[in-house]
Amino acid sequence: MLLRHTPIEIKERSALTINPAKTCQPIGAMYAALGIHGCLPHSHGSQGCCAYHRSALTRHYKEPISAGTSSFTEGSSVFGGQANLVSAIETMFTVYEPDVIAVHTTCLSETIGDDLVQIRRKAEDEGKIPPGKHVILANTPSYVGSHVTGFSNMVVGMLKGFAASSGKKNGKINIIPGFVEPSDMTEIKRLCSEIGVPTIMFPDTSGVVNAPMTGEFQMYPKGGVTVEELIASGDAKGTLALGEWASAEGARFLDATFKVPCKILDLPIGLEATDRFVDALRTIAGVSVPDSVNLQRGQLVDVIADYEQYFHGKKVALAGDPDQLISLVEFLVALGMHPVHIVTGTPGTRFETRIKELTKDSPYPVNVKAAGDMFHLHQWIKNEPVDLLIGNTYLKYVARDEDIPFIRHGFPIYDRMGHSYFPSVGYTGALRLIEKILGVLFDRADRDATETKFELVF
Amino acid sequence: MRKIAIYGKGGIGKSTTTQNTVAGLATMGRKVMVVGCDPKADSTRLLLGGLNQSTVLDTLREEGEDVALEDILLAGFSGTECTESGGPEPGVGCAGRGIITAINLLEQLGAYKEEKALDYVFYDVLGDVVCGGFAMPIREGKADEIYIVCSGEMMAMYAANNICKGILKFAQSGGVRLGGLICNSRMVDNEASMIEEFAKQLGTQMIHFLPRDNMVQRAEINRKTVIEFAPEHPQAEEYRKLARKIEENKMLVVPTPIPITQLEKLLIDFGIMN
Repeated sequence: MLLRHTPIEIKERSALTINPAKTCQPIGAMYAALGIHGCLPHSHGSQGCCAYHRSALTRHYKEPISAGTSSFTEGSSVFGGQANLVSAIETMFTVYEPDVIAVHTTCLSETIGDDLVQIRRKAEDEGKIPPGKHVILANTPSYVGSHVTGFSNMVVGMLKGFAASSGKKNGKINIIPGFVEPSDMTEIKRLCSEIGVPTIMFPDTSGVVNAPMTGEFQMYPKGGVTVEELIASGDAKGTLALGEWASAEGARFLDATFKVPCKILDLPIGLEATDRFVDALRTIAGVSVPDSVNLQRGQLVDVIADYEQYFHGKKVALAGDPDQLISLVEFLVALGMHPVHIVTGTPGTRFETRIKELTKDSPYPVNVKAAGDMFHLHQWIKNEPVDLLIGNTYLKYVARDEDIPFIRHGFPIYDRMGHSYFPSVGYTGALRLIEKILGVLFDRADRDATETKFELVF
Repeated sequence: MRKIAIYGKGGIGKSTTTQNTVAGLATMGRKVMVVGCDPKADSTRLLLGGLNQSTVLDTLREEGEDVALEDILLAGFSGTECTESGGPEPGVGCAGRGIITAINLLEQLGAYKEEKALDYVFYDVLGDVVCGGFAMPIREGKADEIYIVCSGEMMAMYAANNICKGILKFAQSGGVRLGGLICNSRMVDNEASMIEEFAKQLGTQMIHFLPRDNMVQRAEINRKTVIEFAPEHPQAEEYRKLARKIEENKMLVVPTPIPITQLEKLLIDFGIMN
């Protein structure tokens, strides 16, 4: 009982977070930056920040994550980090030869007020940025928002750094995929191409953080959106932003700056959200949904019907990021399950409103909290037990103590493989989610069945 | 060793008052160290006869952690010891963090150690207590006695009241106390009696009223304190009086900051608003 001190009685807390359901802004910024081809993320702050962010990503993806740091000392905290950043930029371009350096700040450099734009200008004036190379910027103080905010800020950073308007539309659709796995990004691209929508997707970490073993170390793997594509995003016909929290800001920036109209959709997780995404793509392309996509949808609907009895009435608790949770909750409701406790560490009151709308027909009272923590989720579960738990690896402690079937979803997943390679978006992703949910539910039924009730067939 | 911090609104004359008072104490035979806590590093100019070019933080930046005390602690007028924390140029970095770093470093290097037999340490702190860094000199174990330089001008009194709020916070958890207000005259009507009343309402005293005199300016142009430049001048005697009053001061209090409406009423009562 590792969490045996979690009391069942819930008391109002105003100043304490226990087991947060979020992490630092720079982790999201670093992850987004890796979705640019040939990009080296750089952390403007002390070394420990960078070490933590890199290791969090490495533990999740099981890939080496390279990133620079301004290595603040006591002196840099007092005099500002300009000298360190300028020389870091010079060193990185000289030694590691990236096409792009994506600088994000940390709590320290934010608090002392370092001005990244001015420092980049200084590096430029001193000739530290070679011709054809680029430095993009994002402000990512971790005392604001969460890793999702950091992701969103770096998406805006890459657009501010590159997007341009040539005055001529290029007929493409920008896709901002949200804070999802590389496998999800591949699946989103596949759906677009099946339907015949030419896209620019950014960031695109597929082929970067799930790159193949080739026997040779590649500092910059093949994947990632290219600089040329990012420049062309300003000439696109429109932008589809998947997930309000992670993607909307970037889409709105393109709309406001280059008059690229945008549509903000939920992450295409589950049947209905994927339907809406596919419908948006179909409308843009002006075609009917191709048979290949209809086939997958039909298979998903068939599986849902086949196993409905096992989903029906099951209570679920979830922790994760707002964009993921909104679509997941919608999907669970569609399956006949009852999401009863939902928590995210990322602030935003609209989250609670959305979840309440989605669960309004629930026979149970629904607990939902934005800017909540896993301790609170655990207390809710103690008061109203659930049949299934969905969330990142940190929830395994709750799953173990309360003996609840648990599937891992979101960031970070440190103790299972699969997320890099098997999507959870699209109809395929929905099938995989169902497979995982049924897997743990049936394992539990098998474990707990008496000899006379031990079923051969589900 | 008495550890004294001088606060007050920017431009009120903190550095001039501090250095002249220190000069007064030094000529009385006291051993005094002045720690300038201002990125401009001009808190010891009059005692040193010119700006101290090697501040603690400049030295730290250039030499790394390997700083020697003699590089940053200079001998000034009448056996005083002078050091400047220094700090970043305007608009960059974090001056507050700079003060924390500088004071920590001075402690590590033994600038305060007992065998030096210092009678006084004076911290001359820039402006208002705008952040944690500028409150460093009044944290536990640092300065235990504070004097606020002010005048009869509203904003100076407003700043003094704000500084009292800062002191109150630290006084509740530690030993820091307010020693009094030093009125550096701006020739405002009823200035002395108004500041006396203001001090009373803050629960403290006006420890001294420094008249305005051009001799201060003249001495400053010559990079000297009045006490060094014109020891016989009446203004020099005013600073010596202040030095004696501080030496003899027993009235150390936890201040009671007043609401802004009360401060405004004070100004009306003493006729400034008319």
